[in-house]
Amino acid sequence: MSFQIDKVAELARIKLKPAEKAKLEEDLKSILAYVEQLRQVDTKNVAETSHVLDLTNVFRKDEVKPSEVRDSVLESAPARQGKFFKVPKVVER
Amino acid sequence: MHQLTLKQALEEVRKDGGSALIKALSARVSSLNPKLNAFLRFDPAVSVVRGEGKGPLQGLPISIKDNICIQGLETTCASKILKGHRPPYNATAVERLKNAGAVIFGQCNMDEFAFGSSCETSAYGVCRNPWDTERVPGGSSGGSAAAVASDMTLAALGSDTGGSIRQPAAFCGVVGLKPTYGRVSRYGLIAFGSSFDQIGPITKTVEDAALLMNVLAGHDEKDSTASSEPVPDYTKSLVRDVKGLRIGLPQEYFVEGMDPEVEKSVRQAAEVFKKLGAEIKSVSLPNTSQAVAVYYIVAVAEASSNLGRFDGVRFGIRASEQSLKDLYFETRDEGFGAEAKRRILLGTFVLSAGYYDAYYRQGQKVRTLIRDDFSRAFKDVDVILSATAPTPPFKIGEKLSDPLAMYLSDILTIPANLAGVPAMSLPCGFTSSGLPVGMQLMARPFDEPALFRAAYAFEQETQVYKKKPKL
Repeated sequence: MSFQIDKVAELARIKLKPAEKAKLEEDLKSILAYVEQLRQVDTKNVAETSHVLDLTNVFRKDEVKPSEVRDSVLESAPARQGKFFKVPKVVER
Repeated sequence: MHQLTLKQALEEVRKDGGSALIKALSARVSSLNPKLNAFLRFDPAVSVVRGEGKGPLQGLPISIKDNICIQGLETTCASKILKGHRPPYNATAVERLKNAGAVIFGQCNMDEFAFGSSCETSAYGVCRNPWDTERVPGGSSGGSAAAVASDMTLAALGSDTGGSIRQPAAFCGVVGLKPTYGRVSRYGLIAFGSSFDQIGPITKTVEDAALLMNVLAGHDEKDSTASSEPVPDYTKSLVRDVKGLRIGLPQEYFVEGMDPEVEKSVRQAAEVFKKLGAEIKSVSLPNTSQAVAVYYIVAVAEASSNLGRFDGVRFGIRASEQSLKDLYFETRDEGFGAEAKRRILLGTFVLSAGYYDAYYRQGQKVRTLIRDDFSRAFKDVDVILSATAPTPPFKIGEKLSDPLAMYLSDILTIPANLAGVPAMSLPCGFTSSGLPVGMQLMARPFDEPALFRAAYAFEQETQVYKKKPKL
């Protein structure tokens, strides 16, 4: 197990403050050392749990209905422009 | 008036419509909340939403944990990242309460995104235990449990991913029920661990929990994991009769390091059941010691995925607009607290290439072993009895710097979430220093009636619930 906090933080899209990085790294290493115990459990013939109960998806009828959620959803956005979420420019001309 | 149970208040509200009750409870919130911080938002003019239905909860005030969406009201999961977020819809649980006539009565404090066992990780300040304000109320539904225990509200909704309804219920001396996975719709519950999360009631009595479950339970077309299993009338299980009920004591749940006063209370509870005619048997759940490790792999994996949506684009705060990438990184750095970051990083790691099989897949396999333990045990017994938490409520700050110690405090509640079985915590006694002790009852999937039957018989026999904190 090689835990590199900078790499994981990059994957998780979190820019860590230098002051918190050392403590988080130490905590995560100790948690991962604890969960190492699971490797000792013999699971050769055990299936993974995919659903906790024997639930099957119950779908509603596939019917066309009016949807008027766009404006109410956009009201929660930190920035919007017309019918869209507004984000910083990602493509240069 | 604030001391009424839900059932008693029902009678009261029938007389005068409930205005006097709302007024009495609002006054109590104004006087006590500055001390306890159980409510994050309580402004009777804004946050009290009257239901329009004329159902079984007509006029009764029910409080809501801050991770359950209420249309038009700020809902933050006690996190800075969702500050100002007003959901455009109601959670199904809230909709059902409103349709039953309930009054939505304020929003309760919690651990940020339900990540915690102490209600100390809220971005809006620590919540305190009404029995001793130097101690934690438990987490993550600590605000809901503290509000009910201090008689600031009649009942509250919580959510339980690894014990977040039951452990605070135990720490605050109230009743908390985690229903079977799929029994209550998760639509509108801001997701933490989607294969674990359940909404459930936190109440003063077992009867009140049954009244709320009658409203909350049942299929929902908006949640494909909500079961279509028929819903019984839970109040019909409230009988003072446990004759012939087989109750199992799992040997692995009386763990090393368990507080002796907690163990004594639970063993005495078993004696009460025996006296009432139940059969007490020893059972074994041999993979219990792996439960915390499994949980902190699988639940954080789900959490890191669920929290991917919080990036400053669609809701909540936005930190910087230098570039889209900076916007993501800086919003998440500023918006998430330390425990949320810890779990997102851990979840990202266990799902990352090269580690997925060793951690996540292996975790899901051991989860199967834990489920199998329960299936075997429930061939011999109808209900399993244990402590809810290995210790009484601990001091504020005591476990905050050691996350592993904090995680291990959930060792007795996590297995029920891994297996999806229903579990209830109810008060069973007090320590010599006057702190509440909770016991946990677990049953087969969808057999909440067995929990109500056992819990009601115990509660009515012992009347432990009548003792109140001095505030």
